[in-house]
Amino acid sequence: IVGLRERVGFLLGLMALPVALGQRSSESPINSNQSQSFAIVSFEWDHVKDPYVITLWILVASLAKIVFQLSHKVTRVVPESALLIVLGLFLGGIVWAADHIASFALTPTVFFFYLLPPIVLDAGYFMPNRLFFGNLGSILLYAVIGTVWNAATTGLSLYGVYQTGIMGHLNSGLLDFLLFGSLIAAVDPVAVLAVFEEVHVNEVLFIIVFGESLLNDAVTVVLYNVFESFVTIGPENVTGTECVKGIVSFFVVSLGGTLVGIFFAFLLSFVSRFTKHVRIIEPGFVFIISYLSYLTAEMLSLSAILAITFCGICCQKYVKANISEQSSTTVRYTMKMMASGAETIIFMFLGISAVNPDIWTWNTAFILLTLVFISVYRVIGVVLQTWILNHYRMVQLEIIDQVVMSYGGLRGAVAFALVVLLDGDKVKDKNLFVSTTIIVVFFTVIFQGLTIKPLVQWLKVKKTEHREPKLNEKLHGRAFDHILSAIEDISGQIGHNYLRDKWSNFDRKFLSKVLMRRSVQKSRDQILNVFHELNLKDAISYVAEGERRGSLAFIRSPSTDNMVNVDFSTPRPSTVESSVSYLLREKAGPVCLDMQALEQRRKSIRDTEDTVAHHTLQQYLYKPRQEHKHLYSRHEIMHSEDEKQDKEIFHRTMRKRLESFKSTKLGINHSKKLNKIHKRDRGQKRRNSGVIPNGKIPSENPVQDFTLKEKGIDNPVFSADDDQSIYMKFSPWLSSEDTVVPSQRARVQIPYSPNNFRRLTPFRLSNKSIDSFLLADGPEDRPRSFLPESTHM
Amino acid sequence: MGSAHSVPAEMRELADRTGFTSEQIEHLHRRFKQLSQDQLTIRKENFDNIPDLEFNPIRGKIVHAFFDKRNLRQESDGLADEINFEDFLTIMSYFRPIEMNMDEEQLDRFRKEKLKFLFHMYDSDHDGKITLQEYRNVVEELLSGNPHLEKESARSIADGAMMEAASICVGQMGPDQVYEGITFDDFLKMWQGIDIETKMHVRFLNVDTIAHCY
Repeated sequence: IVGLRERVGFLLGLMALPVALGQRSSESPINSNQSQSFAIVSFEWDHVKDPYVITLWILVASLAKIVFQLSHKVTRVVPESALLIVLGLFLGGIVWAADHIASFALTPTVFFFYLLPPIVLDAGYFMPNRLFFGNLGSILLYAVIGTVWNAATTGLSLYGVYQTGIMGHLNSGLLDFLLFGSLIAAVDPVAVLAVFEEVHVNEVLFIIVFGESLLNDAVTVVLYNVFESFVTIGPENVTGTECVKGIVSFFVVSLGGTLVGIFFAFLLSFVSRFTKHVRIIEPGFVFIISYLSYLTAEMLSLSAILAITFCGICCQKYVKANISEQSSTTVRYTMKMMASGAETIIFMFLGISAVNPDIWTWNTAFILLTLVFISVYRVIGVVLQTWILNHYRMVQLEIIDQVVMSYGGLRGAVAFALVVLLDGDKVKDKNLFVSTTIIVVFFTVIFQGLTIKPLVQWLKVKKTEHREPKLNEKLHGRAFDHILSAIEDISGQIGHNYLRDKWSNFDRKFLSKVLMRRSVQKSRDQILNVFHELNLKDAISYVAEGERRGSLAFIRSPSTDNMVNVDFSTPRPSTVESSVSYLLREKAGPVCLDMQALEQRRKSIRDTEDTVAHHTLQQYLYKPRQEHKHLYSRHEIMHSEDEKQDKEIFHRTMRKRLESFKSTKLGINHSKKLNKIHKRDRGQKRRNSGVIPNGKIPSENPVQDFTLKEKGIDNPVFSADDDQSIYMKFSPWLSSEDTVVPSQRARVQIPYSPNNFRRLTPFRLSNKSIDSFLLADGPEDRPRSFLPESTHM
Repeated sequence: MGSAHSVPAEMRELADRTGFTSEQIEHLHRRFKQLSQDQLTIRKENFDNIPDLEFNPIRGKIVHAFFDKRNLRQESDGLADEINFEDFLTIMSYFRPIEMNMDEEQLDRFRKEKLKFLFHMYDSDHDGKITLQEYRNVVEELLSGNPHLEKESARSIADGAMMEAASICVGQMGPDQVYEGITFDDFLKMWQGIDIETKMHVRFLNVDTIAHCY
């Protein structure tokens, strides 16, 4: 705890640095004396001022995040966004106190051009498409009708109250109030994301609120522009045609923005098809083209948020399929980093910008009433719309959902940026509006953000279920889709499933052919992905388990290892970090057994069994990359043949699993070498006699399983040394046909063993009818087997 | 409604039994007549007239399900040759969305019915168990829509899924035990905790049907 305080103190001190420097910049003399001699070193502050201050602020924001995360107690209760605002207030106070000028503020330009796009792109790129489009009707209703409702009612009510005189004298007319209403009405994506991220409501609820916050941008843009121009041209000149133009512009802006986004998504997907040889810059394309979509829409005065959202939504499938695993990871992390950073900066600067007494105008009635109106009208709006929607929705939205939706309608930085953007000459009460907006934003983010979590818990809102992806679920989900669309066809309805079916047919026939790399087209199947991931997970947990027991050091021994050429000469620090499992986990993509790093884990003296382990593992996981570490090049990445290995792993692991499944009956560990691959915490563990498989679900601690294992024979990994010879003789990883055969004894003893289990590479269906696992084994003419012929009991 | 077997009283009885509203029954009846070409019963061949159904990878199983006597709530087994409107409605009623006013017990029964329908679809030889081969069949059909996916991959997936199912349903297996197939109870176990009621339904509109057949 002492350390904590010291750390906090240090970081806070560090944060005061940009403030100090900022002051320095405003105090520095305009010109310096001309010195007569050559200065060896000079202080070139003005030279670097701008980028330096910007970078420092980013650093401060990031440091703030560290500080906040130090205390879990606080972050569990208070959302980070609230903390950042408070910090911003604090820092703004320092600047103000020192300098009496507000030198830093969140300018709309910076916000709209640099801070908002990453966040929205991140939202679009990771949008769960199926969920989004499945609920699109509801989302659109809330986004369009809801926002218009909010804007109209708030503006009109404020005007109405103004007429009664409570607010005192203001320089605004009806249009000004409507303008204010339109910019305060919109639910903010940044705030919603920031708060809902920590709340974990169920996905339908989240997608509706979040989708609404994204799609209402079109409405906000239109309303804002319309009313702003109305205010400019003066209320007298507002005619019917202007109103009609306003309505038309809504459609143009929203549809136009969407089309721009889709166009750039197409462009991006298409480009990503050809980036195979420029993998290093592959991730860059994603960001550049998406940003272009944003700017293009902005240029055409269309809805930029919609553009970049739909760019992300439409391109994700193809881009994720086309680019390599590493690029995909890079994109993911970079996007998250930029979005998170932007969000942090936004909230912090919201706080800082608030400390600007020049703009502060206080009008109790106005501010209070605004708060009241936006809350009340939101609730009313949500209730009404939900009532209408529930007639058409299959999954009804209940009262609890409605409460969360109303409460989760947060306002944020978009409203603030819009209000600052107002022209102070045309809108006389700009300062009042700015102050009110700041209060509203602070209120929603801090107060509502703070209380939404307890509210959600109190109401027992259905939370997201974090479940392991089960293969069966995916399969049956697919079956559902087909069944449901068949039923829709048969009963002559056009429903969701029908549409989705049509779309995926269209996609498969045309779009994917154009936008996806040929090599990827076939393997891009959800079910395959889940399967692949599960395989990887198993492999990783297998290795992790082996490591924990200190016995799986991948040692290269010259006699057996002729597959990998790795230079072991470079010494590397031998830390726990470079353990295999750590490496494996770090790689989001294909497993890479980098021999170099693994070598450091050399602990065991049992060379032979380790080599065996290594070789066995090598069969089932990717072949280690060769010379990876030593080829530092900015333009090349050695990449493995993903695709073929994909398939290899697939088949081999499947086969192994089936072997293990079979062997439960054997009570022998004949397939121990193979079976140890199957140390899966999911269930089928080959057990020796007397030890039964553990049907636990994946979350269980694998260590437990191993203890069970020991009851039988001692660790099967290391038992038979006679297997050695077999391994040495046959290099199974070199064999082209993947044959796995139960031992002689197994073949005799196994009550079942469908032929089909034995080989997963091309084979024909057995002629016998196989209707259960009970099936006698087939002919015993197997050319090779690296299974030990002897068995242990 | 001029057809012989849509008398109001019968209609109400049908409505009660299957849970559809009268408008929905009316529309489905119209559809039925379209499919059956104004006959009183439908045969398998009639389903060939639905254009969109052709692209469905598991259409065979689905059509089969319509004629499966187990789904028609008859206690018998086997396949019917033809079905009348009542049977048609019965099958359709499996896909009704859940209503807000259902209580726990009704929900549970509903869910079981839907799952039983699914189960019958997978269990093609009617022996009450989904065996590995049947499962493979289903998976292959399911994935047959993707022309690039090879049979072995489909097979591997089926095997993997079967093992997953075994691990969920049976868990501990003795060394001599054999996992013969997924029984209905096991099937139920697999679906525990997963919200099938909201996923397995079709919205039957009260408006007229749009799609047509040849």
